[in-house]
Amino acid sequence: MALLEIQNVTRRFGDFTAVDNVSIEIDAAEFFTLLGPSGCGKTTLLRMIAGFDLPDGGRILLNGEDLAERPPERRPMRMVFQSYALFPHMTVEGNVAFPLQMSKTPGGEIPAKVQAALEDVRLTGFGKRYPHELSGGQKQRVAIGRALVTHPSVLLLDEPLAALDAKLREEMQIELINLQKEVGITFVYVTHDQTEALALSHRIAVMNKGRVEQLDEPSKIYGFPKTRFVADFIGHINLLSGSVSQRRDGVVTIDVDGLGAVRVATGSQLPVGSRGTIALRPEKIRIEANAPSDSPDNHCRGTVAELLYMGDVTVYKVATPGDSRIEALLANSQSGRAKFFEVGDPVEVSWAVDAGHFIEE
Amino acid sequence: MPARTASRLGRWLVSGPPMLYLILFFAVPSLIMVLASFRTPGEFGGLAPLVEEGKLDLNLDSYARFFSESVYAQIFLKSLWYALLTTLFCLVLAYPLASLIARSSKRYRDLLLLLVILPFWSNFLIRVYAWMIILGPNAALAKTVNGVLAWFGHDPVPLLFSAFAVLVCLVYVHLPFMVLPLYANLEKHDQALLDAAQDLGANRWQRFWRITFPLSLPGVYAGAALVFIPAFGIFAIPDILGGPSDSLIGNVIKQQFLETRDWPFGSVLSIVLTVTALALAGLAAWIARHNLGTPSSSKEARA
Repeated sequence: MALLEIQNVTRRFGDFTAVDNVSIEIDAAEFFTLLGPSGCGKTTLLRMIAGFDLPDGGRILLNGEDLAERPPERRPMRMVFQSYALFPHMTVEGNVAFPLQMSKTPGGEIPAKVQAALEDVRLTGFGKRYPHELSGGQKQRVAIGRALVTHPSVLLLDEPLAALDAKLREEMQIELINLQKEVGITFVYVTHDQTEALALSHRIAVMNKGRVEQLDEPSKIYGFPKTRFVADFIGHINLLSGSVSQRRDGVVTIDVDGLGAVRVATGSQLPVGSRGTIALRPEKIRIEANAPSDSPDNHCRGTVAELLYMGDVTVYKVATPGDSRIEALLANSQSGRAKFFEVGDPVEVSWAVDAGHFIEE
Repeated sequence: MPARTASRLGRWLVSGPPMLYLILFFAVPSLIMVLASFRTPGEFGGLAPLVEEGKLDLNLDSYARFFSESVYAQIFLKSLWYALLTTLFCLVLAYPLASLIARSSKRYRDLLLLLVILPFWSNFLIRVYAWMIILGPNAALAKTVNGVLAWFGHDPVPLLFSAFAVLVCLVYVHLPFMVLPLYANLEKHDQALLDAAQDLGANRWQRFWRITFPLSLPGVYAGAALVFIPAFGIFAIPDILGGPSDSLIGNVIKQQFLETRDWPFGSVLSIVLTVTALALAGLAAWIARHNLGTPSSSKEARA
């Protein structure tokens, strides 16, 4: 049985359906992420799990028990707020001790537990400070330590790293992964940042317009997006739409608008004539000066229209004769040269038949 | 003109007029009063000449009188007590009101605030006189109260010209001064803190006493100071609504200046009143700083 079960949960605000019949099962000790653009319903869902909001339909179960009758203060879950929500009039110790005092922990045990929690979040020695004397990352750690000190069964995190700068965010991501492993508590993490979701999670639910578009492991979400929305939302991708013109031996040929016939390996049984999309990651596309001879790969000619030198990689946008754009990524690993091609250079882009991923429409 | 000189001049032009005003109408009169407290009362009121027969006539007689005649200390303590009670009642009444206003939707908030300050639109004395009518022996309130008392076999009590009337009116007059700073503070509270407290296991009562109340203390202190200081020195309300035994220190001071015409002693009483109020305000600030978090944490709560 899953630890946390979300069963057909719906939440409406007037005419607007924020969460639309969502069902998710989250296991014990899992790092689970709700990912989606703002307004997709992920935060509303998280607040319903915490108990700050109640579903209009459906149930939320923890260990098989319906939580509907339990107010937030009586749910064995803790939330880490985006704004940290540290109590400004209490020291770090006071903040971390607060949930222990609320749970009637004997006074004698509190200091040791507070110290242990501060150690967990690497803040030993900061106990006497006030929140305004801490940096953003330290505040975040206090918030996490405060939430973990009572050993809840689920930790809910609402975009906890959104307010941090890029470098610190990366450090905190690694810390979060380690911390989650260490404490073995289920994390339900809300974010709109797809790289964060891919880096942290065991499983991700990609949400859009109140619904779960896809629920999978990060590599599946990235490599095999089920819908155009997921493909487009996660990372950079080329989406080539067209109609199926041929199907043979697990390879479908699609007549892509403005590009011509493109073959893709898929198990899809879509009949000839129906529409589909090939999702193609830029890093799987090769870009060369001349066409490789007698290769079975897809290929087409074009001209470099734009390029972005990013240091580790260079992103090329190649314009094809049919007026479509193909984005390709080249790692700058082999040579000392900053880039291989210039804007206006004629190039040949090619990719293996199994590099693309077919999405039915 | 160099930029630095220009900016200094600008600063003086901005802060100069209010400073001048305060020096002329607050600092100088206060100093005159301090000087007057060391002088001898004139034969027919006012002050005796400062220099008499070539000698400077300054003495501590009026101070000696204040500390030797216990009746003044008693009135002082009574005034202090009334002011403290007024502050306490105002706080208890204003807190729920201020938090209701702070939590109501923007549409009603302005209307409710308007209602709080509405009494200021009519004159202070008129409002005090209105209480004479409300509390008068023939008004519905007194009749109801005495009716109930009679039912219990109790003799009727006069509501007007009593300590009760003075206190009720003191609270009524000062209530907005408590509501407004409290509202200004409570309105800025971050809902996320209460959500966090609730999430961490705090019930409604604990959320109030552990989060809302401590964070509202700057507002409480500001309101308490705005109520306590004027209530301490008030004379009009006991004059109009109090009985003969309800005189407060403000009445005695007024009496010294206008009736007894003993200016030095009136000055002494005024100085003691001011110093006591300042000392209490300082004490409150000191307690706030040392018992309830650092000054900057309360600053953060105010911001």
